[in-house]
Amino acid sequence: MPRTLVEKILLSHTKTDDVSPGEILMVECDLVMANDVSGPVAFRQMEKMGAEKVFDPEKVVMVADHFMPAKDAKSASLQRRLKDWSDEQSVYYYGQGRGGIEHTVLVEDGWVAPGMVIAGGDSHTCTYGALGAFGSGFGSTDIAACLAFGEFWQEVPGTIQVEFVGEKGPFVSGKDLILALIGEIGVGGGTNMALEFVGEGAEALSIDERLAVANMAIEAGSETGFFPADDTTAEYLEGRTERVWSAEHSDPDAEFAQKVRIDLGSLSPLIALPHSPGNVVTVEEAKGRKIDQIYIGNCANGTMTDLRQTAEMLRGRKVHPDTRAIIVPASQKVYREAMAEGLLDLFVEAGAVVSTPTCGACFGGHMGVMAEGETAITTTNRNFKGRMGSTEAEVHIANAYVAGAAAVAGEIVDPADVLEGAPV
Amino acid sequence: MILEGKAVVIDQDNVDTDTLYPGAYLNIEDPEEMKNYLFEGLDSSLRDQLGDETVLVVGENFGSGSSREHVVQGMKAWNIRCVLGKSFARIFHRNCINLGLPVIQQADAADAATPESEIRVDVDGGEVVVDGERFETAALPPFMQDMLSSGGLVPWGRERLDGE
Repeated sequence: MPRTLVEKILLSHTKTDDVSPGEILMVECDLVMANDVSGPVAFRQMEKMGAEKVFDPEKVVMVADHFMPAKDAKSASLQRRLKDWSDEQSVYYYGQGRGGIEHTVLVEDGWVAPGMVIAGGDSHTCTYGALGAFGSGFGSTDIAACLAFGEFWQEVPGTIQVEFVGEKGPFVSGKDLILALIGEIGVGGGTNMALEFVGEGAEALSIDERLAVANMAIEAGSETGFFPADDTTAEYLEGRTERVWSAEHSDPDAEFAQKVRIDLGSLSPLIALPHSPGNVVTVEEAKGRKIDQIYIGNCANGTMTDLRQTAEMLRGRKVHPDTRAIIVPASQKVYREAMAEGLLDLFVEAGAVVSTPTCGACFGGHMGVMAEGETAITTTNRNFKGRMGSTEAEVHIANAYVAGAAAVAGEIVDPADVLEGAPV
Repeated sequence: MILEGKAVVIDQDNVDTDTLYPGAYLNIEDPEEMKNYLFEGLDSSLRDQLGDETVLVVGENFGSGSSREHVVQGMKAWNIRCVLGKSFARIFHRNCINLGLPVIQQADAADAATPESEIRVDVDGGEVVVDGERFETAALPPFMQDMLSSGGLVPWGRERLDGE
């Protein structure tokens, strides 16, 4: 029977053999992840279940990243709890100064490989789809059951196959591909669906750009989103993981719920306007909006690719006097690489703040939250009302070229205008 | 399972969990404390409308975005009986089932409800009654029905451990 890739992955992780869309299965996890926000709430639920030990300490990892470093005594005690629990359970723990933002760290440290099933106590667990894994976000009670039994219940999703064709033009990056898709299918368009990214345009993307795309699958309401593994995946994983994996694809005659085709040649840099990731327009249409703060970073967009794109805009220029710039390398490794490449110095020289890896202000936690009446442009994934602080603040989402250009101009501009030094 | 209550209506589509429970309060792990910030980014006065028998009525794609279970734990702490909506975002829907909070998708019934409507939900029988008007609902898959009637994933887990 022809099957989609998501059906194949689920089939290899369940005891039943019926994986038709709509069936409810018990799916086995290869890895369970939680953080300083979702973890402690999950531990309470696990205790209420009466479960004393995790199903397999080798398959569990905890990352302190949301309020890292702690913003107050409460968040400090959550991190204390996360560490103590991890020690007790003998599971791997990424603490302060050891890792960074969960999804970037797990990818770069080789925890993720194609075909794996990963349950994460964070909605952006779909980011692992960059490497062809089924990563899915769960609430804390689900995570408690995953920790105790290594399983979750899952309705078999349908698949939306997204084909990227053509070549992208200047200043177009991974973020624009996923914004284009969400703009087209809507923020609920992927409900009960997995997104499968294929085509020459998908294959041409680097892992960093695939991270940016897969990261926002949840913003279309999807269960997950992934790139079938290919040579780029293999090259990235070389020396990074010892896990044996194989490149799987949907069968050619598999049934897809929907097919969407996006021509990258027709894309220009995009922006999601406040207050929805689905509120997508071109930069051209948003030009001239004043910007109080730019923010580069998040679980998929604090990569070297994003930092280099930002540096292209800031090199030899200054952050606009009325604008604040916050740059958050997503992991300690990215931080050091950016330092070695001279990017951190370039950012500080330009008048930006470079932060330690943290989820920070992306979710309105700390380290750069917004005041009433202020406007931000970010490389993050959500611009909901109040997401970055005040409910009266406005957040725009774009790629790092566009955010970097806005830092220089103090308003939304075409990145090409900044490079040409055109008056803005 | 039959549930009765008065409607509190959130008449908007795509209500995300950031507005339902802002990120700044994610440093809280006790549901009794979480309840103080439920709806804080949307309209904190909604909390004043919550009674002992509330059915929350919502729009399309309710609960989109973050997986934060603080939203549903907060709803449970307020003793909300049921959420009736046009459609639900995936993780929010799971969180409700896992915490034993009945979550019913019936767009016409959600449209018919106004603040303080009398609502009666027959979860197993597949029916919602709004101010006397009857609406049929699709039956939940047996797995979800069992999960709801046993009180969610915690009792389910406890039972499983007892059996092992």
